[in-house]
Amino acid sequence: MNYVNCGNFKTSYAKDAAIYKTVFSKISIYSFLILMLLVPFYANSYILYILNMIFISSIAAVGLNILTGFTGLISLGHGAFIGVGAFATGYLALNYGMNFYFVIPLAALITAIIGIIFGLPSLRLKDLYLSIATLAAQFILEFIFIRAESFTGGVNGMPVAYPTIFGIEINNDFRFYFFAYSFAIVMITIGKNILRTKIGRAFISVRDNYIAAEAMGVDIFKYKLLSFGISSFYAGVAGSLWAYYVQFITPEHFTITVSIQYLSMIIIGGLGSVLGSIFGTIFMVILPEMLRHLVDLLSGVAPFLKQIFPAIREAFYGIVIILFLLFEPEGLARRWNLIKAYWKLWPFSY
Amino acid sequence: MEFLTQIIIAGIVIGSIYSLVALGFTLIYKSTGIVNFAQGELLLVGAYVCLHLTVSYQIPFIFSFLITLIFMFFFGFLIERVFLRRMIGEPIISIIMLTIGLSSLLKSIVQIIWGTDTRTFPKIFSHEPVKIGFLNISMVYIFALISIAIFLGIFSYFFKTTKTGVAMRAVASDQQAALSMGIDVRRIFALSWAIAAIVSTVGGVLLGNINGINTSLSQFGLKVFPVVILGGLDSIIGAIVGGIIIGVLENIVGGYIDPLVGGGAKEVFPFVAMIIILLIKPYGLFGTVKVEKV
Repeated sequence: MNYVNCGNFKTSYAKDAAIYKTVFSKISIYSFLILMLLVPFYANSYILYILNMIFISSIAAVGLNILTGFTGLISLGHGAFIGVGAFATGYLALNYGMNFYFVIPLAALITAIIGIIFGLPSLRLKDLYLSIATLAAQFILEFIFIRAESFTGGVNGMPVAYPTIFGIEINNDFRFYFFAYSFAIVMITIGKNILRTKIGRAFISVRDNYIAAEAMGVDIFKYKLLSFGISSFYAGVAGSLWAYYVQFITPEHFTITVSIQYLSMIIIGGLGSVLGSIFGTIFMVILPEMLRHLVDLLSGVAPFLKQIFPAIREAFYGIVIILFLLFEPEGLARRWNLIKAYWKLWPFSY
Repeated sequence: MEFLTQIIIAGIVIGSIYSLVALGFTLIYKSTGIVNFAQGELLLVGAYVCLHLTVSYQIPFIFSFLITLIFMFFFGFLIERVFLRRMIGEPIISIIMLTIGLSSLLKSIVQIIWGTDTRTFPKIFSHEPVKIGFLNISMVYIFALISIAIFLGIFSYFFKTTKTGVAMRAVASDQQAALSMGIDVRRIFALSWAIAAIVSTVGGVLLGNINGINTSLSQFGLKVFPVVILGGLDSIIGAIVGGIIIGVLENIVGGYIDPLVGGGAKEVFPFVAMIIILLIKPYGLFGTVKVEKV
């Protein structure tokens, strides 16, 4: 759904596929991105923590949306793929002492390869069968995280050192903000652009009608695997950043709950929309924090709330997923477009 | 040898509980085309309700069990009516996600009400082993097997002879045709959720009697996937056979491989098996092979 002004005709395919539809949108996006650079100078470390989590998660969410929203392949194993990225980072940094600019691409590549391996069943499987296969991937990888102690440290987890760049150690929220922010911008820009190329169009054709796609010469299997690869690459980058941020990783950070959380992000944001994945991430990162504040506030009246906080959070995840599916199945991205369209003609709408 | 036989018997018992839960799953899938990720949570809710009735209200087990079954019947009905009926005609990913959302909601409600500690049923079946030949079998296993056999018997009678059962089979085989023959398809949808809730509850109560219950019991619902994939997603016989096979294999792996790797292999084995089955025989042993037409 796109609302454009009267008289704004597109005379070429390139113009139709342009990221910035108008000069105004270009200016506003750039100024927003620059303004975001000023935020850490005014925000406290709690706000910065939330923003950092949003940057990291939005990378993984965009990755999952490429797989699920654009290619139509449901993955219930995204949490485990993020874990692969995190543990690969820990292993490479700890044992080889590599710096992050080798570690992150390598960890992401390892994740991409593992993602492709678990994507292999997609040759024969569709929809629900595939979602079940990725569920298996989740459990198998979790088992490996716990049992492959020489690589992952098992249940004891493994520490990760701070990354350094030009001799500066990225050891606080303030510095990490710029680190994560630049990664988020680069990855999301790449993601947005992949979807405008031949590859992206092939993904969408596989999603919309794979038989027609095949008849038109799209190699379905290749693009399905590519989609798994790209998606897991994103998960790997996110996992890697996450490992650098939290400094200590254990297998219980990458359970099926995480996978479900990422799926709910892209559903809340809007399947098949890069902007939507970012909205969804913001929503899902802020929601538990708001809940926590609410519970803290109410704990004077009802102290038992604090003990059952994890359960309350889970319940809200469930409720939010259900409500969005029932009442706003196209997610926040559609809401955003509606709001934009409303303000376009304000105050003199016809 | 005796160790192996013990393992196999335990496997058959656990496997037959898998079969029951898988039966509920298959029923929903067959008649409504919905993959239910909340099957394990139905089991959880049923087990806790029964426990609560038995322990807190001191109702004799048989009656609390029956009350639970009636409650779960309406619970399943309600879930279909409130959540899933609105989703008819939506893309499959939305429906899958809805059941996932439902599962996390139900699970956390159970956690909020009953907490996360493991609770045990009061001794209803004695755990004393009985000697049959050279084997020692726990009484609770025998009771579990008997009750599962009874339930499977009731269900096969229900599907073969009663009017509603035949109508359910008709909807499963061809929705359009069933609709034009005057079968109320929406009622059948609701009914299949209700029955699925009931069979899961039976599974949950039996499991609770064997091992005690806590919220991790809902993992059982995910273990159903290897079972139904092995048996074929839309086959009731497949669910029964698959359940027993997976249960036995899982216990054998647990008995022989777990000591080598230090635990956990038992839990992950069904999923490894599932990936392999999906790769070589995606429609399972008894499933209908889907022919794709343009």
